[in-house]
Amino acid sequence: MERFKQKHLLGIEELSRDEIDSILDTAIIMKSVLERRIKKVPTLRGITVANLFFEPSTRTLNSFLIAERRLSADTINVSKSFSSVLKGETLLDTARNLEAMRVDMVVIRHSVPCSPHYLAERISASVINAGDGAHEHPTQALLDMLTLRERFGNIEGLKVSIIGDILHSRVARSLTIGLLKKGADVILCGPPTFLPEWFEDYGVKITYNLKDAIVDRDVIYVLRIQRERQDAAFLPSLREYIRYYSVNRDVLNRYARKDVIIMHPGPVNRGVELAPDVADGPWSLILHQVTNGIAVRMAILYLLSGIGSSGGVE
Amino acid sequence: MKILIKNVRIFDPASGIDEEGDVFIKNGIVSKKKEETRNIIEGKGLYLFPAFIDIHTHIREPGGEDIENFESASKAAVAGGYSTIFMMPNTEPPIDNDGMVRFVVKRARDVGLVKIYPVGAATIGRRGERLTDMRAMIECGCIGFSDDGSPVKNPRILRRILEYLKGTGIKFIEHPEDTELSSDGSMNEGSLSNKLGVPGIPWVSEASVVIRDILIAEYLSSPIHFAHISTEASLDLIQFGRKRGVKITFEVTPHHLLLDEDNVKITDSNFKMNPPLRSKRDRKALIKALKKGFVNAIATDHAPHPLYKKELEFSLAPFGVIGLETAFSTLYTEFVRKGVIGLNELIEYMSVKPAGIFDLKTGMVRDGAPADFVLIDLKKKWKITEDKFHSLSRNSPFLGWDVYGRVVYTIVDGKVVYKEGD
Amino acid sequence: MGNKKLLDRDGVRELIGSLASDIINRNRKNIKNICIIGIRNRGDILAERLAKYIYKETGIKPPVGAIDITLYRDDLTTIGPRPLIGPSEIPCSIDNRIVILVDDVLYTGRTVRAALDELVDFGRPLRIELAVLVDRGGRELPICPDYVGIKEDVDKSLNVAVYLEELDGEEGVIVKKEEYGKV
Repeated sequence: MERFKQKHLLGIEELSRDEIDSILDTAIIMKSVLERRIKKVPTLRGITVANLFFEPSTRTLNSFLIAERRLSADTINVSKSFSSVLKGETLLDTARNLEAMRVDMVVIRHSVPCSPHYLAERISASVINAGDGAHEHPTQALLDMLTLRERFGNIEGLKVSIIGDILHSRVARSLTIGLLKKGADVILCGPPTFLPEWFEDYGVKITYNLKDAIVDRDVIYVLRIQRERQDAAFLPSLREYIRYYSVNRDVLNRYARKDVIIMHPGPVNRGVELAPDVADGPWSLILHQVTNGIAVRMAILYLLSGIGSSGGVE
Repeated sequence: MKILIKNVRIFDPASGIDEEGDVFIKNGIVSKKKEETRNIIEGKGLYLFPAFIDIHTHIREPGGEDIENFESASKAAVAGGYSTIFMMPNTEPPIDNDGMVRFVVKRARDVGLVKIYPVGAATIGRRGERLTDMRAMIECGCIGFSDDGSPVKNPRILRRILEYLKGTGIKFIEHPEDTELSSDGSMNEGSLSNKLGVPGIPWVSEASVVIRDILIAEYLSSPIHFAHISTEASLDLIQFGRKRGVKITFEVTPHHLLLDEDNVKITDSNFKMNPPLRSKRDRKALIKALKKGFVNAIATDHAPHPLYKKELEFSLAPFGVIGLETAFSTLYTEFVRKGVIGLNELIEYMSVKPAGIFDLKTGMVRDGAPADFVLIDLKKKWKITEDKFHSLSRNSPFLGWDVYGRVVYTIVDGKVVYKEGD
Repeated sequence: MGNKKLLDRDGVRELIGSLASDIINRNRKNIKNICIIGIRNRGDILAERLAKYIYKETGIKPPVGAIDITLYRDDLTTIGPRPLIGPSEIPCSIDNRIVILVDDVLYTGRTVRAALDELVDFGRPLRIELAVLVDRGGRELPICPDYVGIKEDVDKSLNVAVYLEELDGEEGVIVKKEEYGKV
C-alpha cells in the first residue's frame, strides 16, 4: 500500500480511500498500545505538538493530549477565547510565535472555517484540523469510520443516516464525505432550515421525515442540537424539534431494525436529540467512539510526523 | 502647453476614427491646427484611446491615509489609464456635507493628476435616516449620491432621496444588498459555500433590492443607477424595469466579468469582495449582457485595504479588491484578444458609456474636445505583480496574471500625467 | 555483479534446527520458562519454527510471540513517510521468563536495540537471549548474539535477503546488490 505522504490533515476531502485505510489500520495498532501495561511508546520523542484551541472543548482536547503523550511527544496548550483574536492577536501572529518556538505540529480547533488550511499555507509545521467552524472535523469522522469498520467489518454498502442540524455540523460534512469515499449509502435528515438542497450535491439523499431516515438503516448517527438555533430563527423551539426529530425508544421500536446501532459525536443533549435510554442502551456505540478517538489521533500524529519540518527527506 | 503625438493609431469609438495619424493638443484641448512644439510623443506602435473613466473608486482619505490617499489613488488611476474617477463617500468621516465635498475637490485639485468627482453620501453618516444637504453638495461639485458600502435600507428614505433629487439632473447610486439576507456571509451562497461550511451571500440579497428600487424609481419617474451588479436575476429585473420605461443604468466590475466562485481560494482574501464572486451562470449572464450592450459601464469598485487586514482568514478579512491598474489589461487580454467583445466595445464601456450616464465629456479626437487620452502598447506583455502597483494597497485577485496592454502615457486636460516607468 | 547464494533451502532448515538444539542445550533445566519472540517480519516466522523444533525434541512447546519495532525505531525522524505498523502480540507475561529474541539478519544492531526497548515496556524478563539466522557483521551498537546460524561479513553496499516459505514461497538466503528496504 502507498505510504501516507500528506503533510497535514486538513479534512477528509483531501484524503484518498487508501489514505483513509492507512489511518484506520494504524489506529488499530495504536489501540493495542493503549491495552499494554506501559501505555507509552517513544515514537514521537522530541516532537513538540501545540494544541491551539480557539473554541472550548475539553473532550477533543483531552483526547489529543492523551494521544500525544502516549507517543511521548511534548505538548503545549494554547487555549484562546475568540475575544482575544478581536483584541488584536491574529491567528497568523499566534502561529508565527509557535513557529519561532520550533513547534513541529499544530492541532487547531477554530470557529472560522478553513483556518487550518489558511495556517497550513503559512507555517512550516504540520497542521491537524480538530474542527473548523461548520466545515470539517476529520478526526471525528475517522474515529467514527473505525468504529463502524470494527462493528461491521466493511463500510461498503453500509446504510448510514445522519440526523440533526446538518447545516451547522462539521461532523456531518466530514463523515458524509468519508462514508461516500468508502462506498456507504448515506441519508441526511433534519428540518428544512438545517438541510438546504445543496447537500444533494454530495451524492446523498436528503429527507425532512425522520421515519425515512430510520427504516431499514444499519446506523443512525445523531447530531447535537444547540439551543441558540431557535434564537436565530432556524427552529421555532426545541419542543418542535424533539417532537419530530428526537430519536427515542418509541421511534426505534416503530421504525428501526432490531439490530440498528446508534452513534453520536458527543456530548449528548439527553432528552433533546437523543432520549437518555437510547444514548445509554445496548444499541449505542458512543463509548466505543471515545476509545477509538485516542487511537485515531495517535495514528494521525504518527503518520504525519514523517513529513514534518523535522525530517521527511528520503 | 502644446503636445504633438505622432504616428499613433487613433482609436476613438465616439468619433468613429480608427487610423494612424497625429494628434495635436494645445491648452488642454485637441486642435486641428498643428503648431510647432518640442513636446513630441512618438506614438508608433501605440494605440490612442479616450482616457478611461471610473465611476466607482474608493479613496481612504480621510481616515485611512496609509491605505490609499489622494496622491496614491491618483497615481494608480493614471497608471491604469484613467483621467477621471468618482470617489465614493464611505471615508471616515464620510463625505456627507458640503464642507467635505469642498475638501475632496480641493485635494484633487492640489494633487492635480486625475479628475476626481465626489459622490456624496445620500444620508448623514450613511446611516440611512436623514438626508444630506444634497443641493449644497451638488453646488460644490458632487456628481452623484450614494451610501455605497451600504444599501439604503428603508424604502421610505429611498423614496425621499429620489424625490429630493428631482430636477437636479443628479442620480442616486444604489449599492443593492439586503443586509438581513447577506447576514454574516462572505462568499456566494451555493453548493460550494455549503461544502466549505462558510455562510454565504445569496443572489436574492442583491436582486430583491434591485427590484424594490426599480419599482420605487418607476413610481417616482426617477432615474436610478445600480453599482456593481453581479447576478443574472438582477439583469433580468433591470430588463423588466426598462421595459416598463424606468431609466435604469448600471455598472459591472472587471472581477465579476472575469472570475466566479470557482476561482475563490478560501485561504486568500484577495478573492473576497462584496458583492462576492458569483456562480458561473451569473458570470455568463453578465458577459452576455456586456456583449449585447445592456451594460452601461464597467467600473472597478477599487477598494484598497492594508495587508494586515487582508492577511486575515477569509471569514474575518474585509471585503474589497483594488482594480484601477488592472482593469484594462485584464479585460483586453481575456475578452478582446479572445474575441468575446471587440476593442471598440471595451473602450466604450470604459470611457464613452460611463461618461454618458453622468453627462461628462470624454476625450475625443475632434477639434475643441477635451484632451483626455491614454496611449497603450497593446502588444506589450506584462505580469501583474505587487511591485508594479502605484496604489498603496496590494489586494488584487489578479496577482500573477500575465496580461497584454501596458499604459505608456496618460494625458489629462492636455497634460502628460503619467509616463510608463513612473 | 551477480547475486551470491549464501544458503539454500536445506541450508536454512539445517541451521534453524541447529539453533533450536543450541537453545535447548543451554536452557535444559528451564525449557518450561522459555518464551520465543520474533521480530517482524520473518523473525516471527523463525520464532514459530524454532518453537516447533523445540517441541519435537522436548515435548514442550514454548509460547511464541511477535513484535513490530516500528514505533521504537531510532531513525524515524529521517526516513520520511511513515512505514505502516504491524501488530505486536505477546501471548504470555514475560516477567521472570527467559525470552529468546529472534531475528533473521543481525546487522547494525539497531533493530535489536529497538526490540529490547519494546520488550522492556512489556515486562521484566529474567534474561533475554538473542538468536539470529545470519550475522552479517557491521555492528553500530554493542549488540552480541547468543545463537548464530551463519556468520558472514557482508559489505554495506550489499543486501542480505532472507526468503522463507511462509512469506515468500521459497527458502534461501541471498546476498544482493539492490537497495536496502526491509519490509
